[in-house]
Amino acid sequence: MEHLRPVAAGDPTEGSPVAPDLVDLLRSAGRGDQQAFAQLYDATSSRVVGLAVRVVRDPAQAEEVAQEAFLEIWRTASRYDPDRGSPLSWLLTITHRKAVDRVRSAEAATRRDQNYHHQNQPVAHDATAEAAHASLEAHRVRTALGSLTPVQREALELAYFGGYTHTEVATMLELPVGTAKTRIRDGLIRLRDTMGVGS
Amino acid sequence: MSDDIHALSGAYAVDALDDLERAQFERHLAGCDSCREEVDGLRETSALLAETTMTTPSAELRDRVLAGIATVRPLPPVVPAPATDATASDRAATDPTDQGATDHDGPVTIAGASGRRAPRRRWTPLLAAAAAVVAIGVGGTVVAQQPWSDDSSQAPRPSAVERIKAAADVQTFRHRFPDGAEAVLYRSASLNEAVVVTHDMGPAPDGKVYQAWLQHDDTMVSAGLMPEGPDNVVPLQGDPATADGFGITVEPAGGSVVPDEKPVLLVEFT
Repeated sequence: MEHLRPVAAGDPTEGSPVAPDLVDLLRSAGRGDQQAFAQLYDATSSRVVGLAVRVVRDPAQAEEVAQEAFLEIWRTASRYDPDRGSPLSWLLTITHRKAVDRVRSAEAATRRDQNYHHQNQPVAHDATAEAAHASLEAHRVRTALGSLTPVQREALELAYFGGYTHTEVATMLELPVGTAKTRIRDGLIRLRDTMGVGS
Repeated sequence: MSDDIHALSGAYAVDALDDLERAQFERHLAGCDSCREEVDGLRETSALLAETTMTTPSAELRDRVLAGIATVRPLPPVVPAPATDATASDRAATDPTDQGATDHDGPVTIAGASGRRAPRRRWTPLLAAAAAVVAIGVGGTVVAQQPWSDDSSQAPRPSAVERIKAAADVQTFRHRFPDGAEAVLYRSASLNEAVVVTHDMGPAPDGKVYQAWLQHDDTMVSAGLMPEGPDNVVPLQGDPATADGFGITVEPAGGSVVPDEKPVLLVEFT
């Protein structure tokens, strides 16, 4: 998990939080406004696709996942509830779920075929990091991740970016059964508090 | 287990639960405001991690996405039915999941106990297509596992069936599938409760689950995933009292926010 080293803040216009009001765009999209959805896409696709690539790894499959996610976002835009969270969080929750479903179903298929272990493959070095845009926000997030304990950070990353279940994470990190979920939660809480989410 | 279940909030927020745990936790979420609030905050937080992985997508993807949506009608908003429906709709909107379950044949409209209303839009035109679902191995070998035994089949909820059956306004909708499996829905509007009891249900196809839905006008709201196993007692989440119908679909593991268009079972409340 060395790839989370801090990176200098890059061009802030590229990746900085999006200017158009995503709540409005989602609302318009929910009424069938394709132009609003195009704007929403433009404002969020680098995050959506980036997350999909990070979890799924294979760029072609990741684009499929992103496409599925955007379709679902379009279909269910009217059901986004601003009281529950930001639009970006909602979009990425949908994306993440689809990405995880994709890797788990692929993994289940492989397991059926070869009945073989996959567990200990090293977490591949992150090929997308080079291509990833650096942003001030990313810099803040990386810094905040630095405040987690190493185990919290690894558990969180294996879960979120690796798409592994907490039980798998426990095995991978040689943690006692049942403790990885606590590490994940503690890590998220610390990250939340460090980043000032919801305050 | 309920002491412990709050601890799953973080893993839930980052999709790190297996299907069973997720279903279990979502049941818990339905009644635990503090967990829901925590999950919302943790999801907000985990989304920040995506800031570190931004990638420029191909121009083709944009074309595909925009061409794709042009052919798809956005769903209507979930209109909260009186009182408590907000909970169910919220959940449907953000938590693409629920419980897990069984399997079957063509969609079937179960005749209600009394007079019928005009069929509702959402699924009814799709009934014909439902035959497509048919072939999924019915009555196969199922591990008779009761993942919910703690909280649904035996412990807190067993009385739910009795309670509903005893209600003055209980309605019973019974359906027998061609392979002999049976699903019985008991519903009491006065209690705002409904429960599905299954017998000998075959397993869902690999990687799929059965998901229950309540229909409110032409919107389907998830009522939870059906647990694995042939014989289950599954209380429905949401507001059965104000629902117009009930359905079961086959969904990808973990369930869906929007139901598959080919229900394996469809009941119109009357």
